Amino acid sequence: MIGITPLLTWRYTPFTLTPMTEAVGSTSLVRLENVNKHFGTLHVLKDIDLDIARGEVVVAIGPSGAGKSTLCRVINRLETIDSGTITFDGKSLAVEGRALAQLRSEVGMVFQSFNLFAHKTILENVTLGPIRVRKIARDQAEKRGMELLERVGIASQAQKYPAQLSGGQQQRVAIARALAMDPKMILFDEPTSALDPEMVQEVLDVMISLARDGMTMLVVTHEMGFARRAANRVVFMADGAVVEQNTPDEFFTNPGTDRARDFLSKILTH
Amino acid sequence: MGALVEEFPVILGAFWLTIRLTLASAVAALVLGTVLAAMRVSPFGVLRGVATAYVNTLRNTPLTLVIVFCGLGLGLVLDVSFSESLSTNYLWLSIIGLSAYTAAFVCEAIRSGINTVPVGQAEAARALGLTFTQNLRFIVLPQAFRAIIAPLGSLLIALTKNTTVAAAIGVAEASLTMKSLFERHQDSVVAIFFGFALAFLVLTLPTGLFFGWLSRRLKVVR
Repeated sequence: MIGITPLLTWRYTPFTLTPMTEAVGSTSLVRLENVNKHFGTLHVLKDIDLDIARGEVVVAIGPSGAGKSTLCRVINRLETIDSGTITFDGKSLAVEGRALAQLRSEVGMVFQSFNLFAHKTILENVTLGPIRVRKIARDQAEKRGMELLERVGIASQAQKYPAQLSGGQQQRVAIARALAMDPKMILFDEPTSALDPEMVQEVLDVMISLARDGMTMLVVTHEMGFARRAANRVVFMADGAVVEQNTPDEFFTNPGTDRARDFLSKILTH
Repeated sequence: MGALVEEFPVILGAFWLTIRLTLASAVAALVLGTVLAAMRVSPFGVLRGVATAYVNTLRNTPLTLVIVFCGLGLGLVLDVSFSESLSTNYLWLSIIGLSAYTAAFVCEAIRSGINTVPVGQAEAARALGLTFTQNLRFIVLPQAFRAIIAPLGSLLIALTKNTTVAAAIGVAEASLTMKSLFERHQDSVVAIFFGFALAFLVLTLPTGLFFGWLSRRLKVVR
């Protein structure tokens, strides 16, 4: 492995799209130190060190099997880790029970396969978390839910069920569902990979507007256009390790490692 | 035929008892079976072990033994009493036996229903911050139940017929009543037999049809 950047000392230089509410890079929201994870004999995360600052948009890219999705899933402990530490908002990740549920309620997650609750209407999908986890009154949660559906452009479908919506619409609902919890951060695990090509942009547009509003985001994606437009930092992973990270401009025009050059040449030449 | 008309109030009373036995046992079995299923998918090894042992024991014991155990073991030896009246007491004891037995099957039906719910549904609920019990209650079980309505209907039909085993401890439900009517009207045994068989069909056929309709209506579209 060539030239792994020392991550803990690495700081992103502000690269503002629009004025943000909080200064990017001021304090770290998520910190992974020495994180290791195995699936059986497969070493999926190798000594991962990663800091994500408040308001920062980090895009994780790399070949399949690189551990990008696992990286995303260990942050809200949908996957456990074998060694190392993960801190979120200054607190170490709880192991089980209510403290863990509390942490998860502060970290939104958007899945590749949407995972909208199939037996609930669109509005119920968006209000379930606020009502059951945050204990917000139903009418208040519904009012806020409709605002969020308005924001992602699905308000007219509020009474339908997930199966009645297109993939792009479902994914936008999933984003609204995450936003309804007022999360400190949202994890996106390949949010556009299961979509028909013509629906990718509508989801990316919502994500770009979130990034502009200063939401902290970790996005696993193959959408290089999104990385260029909205990311503050690109993290390139291969074989379970972070190989290289840089600003999108630097990374795409002047990758520092052979592995990254090789990957980019395969995806950007056509 | 004359015997059937003559004894109609008795027969009606016996079937009314069968219906009460069925409904009470069904509700209790559904509650107990749901608790057992929740235990079997819980993150705690002890709970999983207890529920698994329960299911394996009750599912593999003949119902007659379960009912007789409730009548003799609980009723006579341990002196469990619900009522001054002996017949009411045995009615309750047979409800315990029927529901304890049926709960094992309900548990397994629910568990197979849980397996039909895509893992992403529970993951999304966990990611929202729902606890294990909230996840089961609001996301997993509602979808699991919709998937197993038809098999639950079959269990209800089986339970309806299984109530006849309560005769073993003297509960005067339909089959025991039929036996005593045989003795009183030895010239119309065949008519009485077909009358009772028909009455059971009247109970069970609509149950099957209703549950089939319900399962189509409540199916979760993915």
